Amino acid sequence: MEMMIETRDLTKFYGPHLAINSLNFQVAAGEIVGFLGPNGAGKTTTLKILAGYLSPTAGTARLNGFDVVGESLKVRASLGYLPESVSIYPDLTVTQFLQFAARAKGVEARREASEIGRVTEACGLMEVRRTMVAALSKGYRQRLGLAQALVKSPPLLILDEPTIGLDPSQIVEIRTLIKNLEGSHTVMLSSHILPEVSQLCHRVIIINKGQIVASDTPENLSRQMGHGARVRMAVRGPAEEIIAALSRVTGVTQARSQGDGSFLVEAAAGQDLRPGLARIVVEKGWDLLELKVHEFSLEDVFLNLVTEEES
Amino acid sequence: MKSLNGCLALLRKEMTVYFATPIFYITGFCFLVLAGYFFYTNVLYYSVISFQAAQQAANPQVAAQLNPHYLIYRPLFAVLAIVLMFLVPLLTMRLLAEEKRAGTAELLFTYPITDWAVILGKYLAAFLVYLIFLTFTLSYSLALNFVTRLDWGAVGAGYLGLVLLGASALALGLFASSLTENQVVAGVVGFALLLLFWIIGWLQEVGGGGVGKVLQYLSLLDHYDNFTKGVIDTRDLGYCLSFIFFFLFLTKRQLESRRWRA
Repeated sequence: MEMMIETRDLTKFYGPHLAINSLNFQVAAGEIVGFLGPNGAGKTTTLKILAGYLSPTAGTARLNGFDVVGESLKVRASLGYLPESVSIYPDLTVTQFLQFAARAKGVEARREASEIGRVTEACGLMEVRRTMVAALSKGYRQRLGLAQALVKSPPLLILDEPTIGLDPSQIVEIRTLIKNLEGSHTVMLSSHILPEVSQLCHRVIIINKGQIVASDTPENLSRQMGHGARVRMAVRGPAEEIIAALSRVTGVTQARSQGDGSFLVEAAAGQDLRPGLARIVVEKGWDLLELKVHEFSLEDVFLNLVTEEES
Repeated sequence: MKSLNGCLALLRKEMTVYFATPIFYITGFCFLVLAGYFFYTNVLYYSVISFQAAQQAANPQVAAQLNPHYLIYRPLFAVLAIVLMFLVPLLTMRLLAEEKRAGTAELLFTYPITDWAVILGKYLAAFLVYLIFLTFTLSYSLALNFVTRLDWGAVGAGYLGLVLLGASALALGLFASSLTENQVVAGVVGFALLLLFWIIGWLQEVGGGGVGKVLQYLSLLDHYDNFTKGVIDTRDLGYCLSFIFFFLFLTKRQLESRRWRA
């Protein structure tokens, strides 16, 4: 399988502060990979090194087969980069800025207009194409940032928080846009919105304190890191008695009330608690309103990993 | 070829920004008002002297001084050089400092453009703006040409001096802009460095001997003075071109260090 990104012992110090520590990961061509981590974990530093903006203190990174330090220009020609807080020249119009991006990326003069039209259309910028960047809303600026990254259809896109600052409908549009790049482009994106990563990404890399703590598909991570099974129930009856009764069901490790007649019951992994729980509620004469297996979300996995690391 | 494309992309972008911001119009207006004022007063002075000489029935000593180049252009070129010291930092202070302050540098330096293309694109844009200002002043000479005979060779040498002096100052200003992310600091540092290279020749009397000669050679003023006399010397040309390359090279090193220091 062709590797689009390969890092080996990638390390970066800011003065005495270690930002990332010996990162080793690979991203295959066509993959959409999510890069997760709490603030200060080293996500943005890693992406800046991959984009050729910063040099690593130690280790290597290769993009599209080119070394980010030794062949920086070839690396930069292979990627579209959206920085975390995208800043764009305020004195240019949207079209003027995209013209600059197209020329800087070496788009041929005869293809310039069609290329600008394509990314303007794709990112929903048609109505503001003659507007000065200084007058754009944050959402439009973010879209413009994404549009410049898409100019010349680079094989690799590095997107640092691509949906930050967008309203819900814009978020859906941008997610659809990124999803449509699947297969034809390799995308590496960082995000704080975990459901977004679950929806978009084939694989998730979680880093904390500059080190990779997990790397797998969102489903596998949920399976591996969700330590056990959980059932969410809604029962009408006396809460304390219900908790006592549920706790006595075989396999249950913990039962707790979540208020408003809602209960969360946990058991060891691989057990289906639902028949036993339903039976006891009916036997006791309480009303069973809801019974649902609660999946471990990427959010739970993320919190588990980060808190495990910290403890 | 790719570097040239990147350089031209930057040049066009910078020119668009210059024309969209007030700095071009304000500096241009001030420069042309001052240049026009000094040219007008010099011409007035020249006409008064000419009138007096005509009344003194061709006094040979006065007649020898009645050269428009010496009475109009040399003082004009001298004063324009002073104006230029104030003007150039205003043109260059934004170029790299603002990229860093606004954060646009992050996008710029992740485009497939070499550092040299970035430097040359920005430098050439500032140089073009400067040439536009100078071109407007040519209209004074064209008007004067109708009423008196001009030594166009000497005037041309003076303009070449102004072009080279401006180009040198712009290279120094660009370097000052690469040192900081604050435009005002970039402007002040640029002005201070320019002033230093302007007056460094004055120290030759203090230094004396070999040191004095080196200091005099480093002075922009001394080399510029030859051009204003109508003399084009390859040593002066070499000095200006070396000065430009030296400061553009320092700017390149400064940009390179960013990737490691950040």
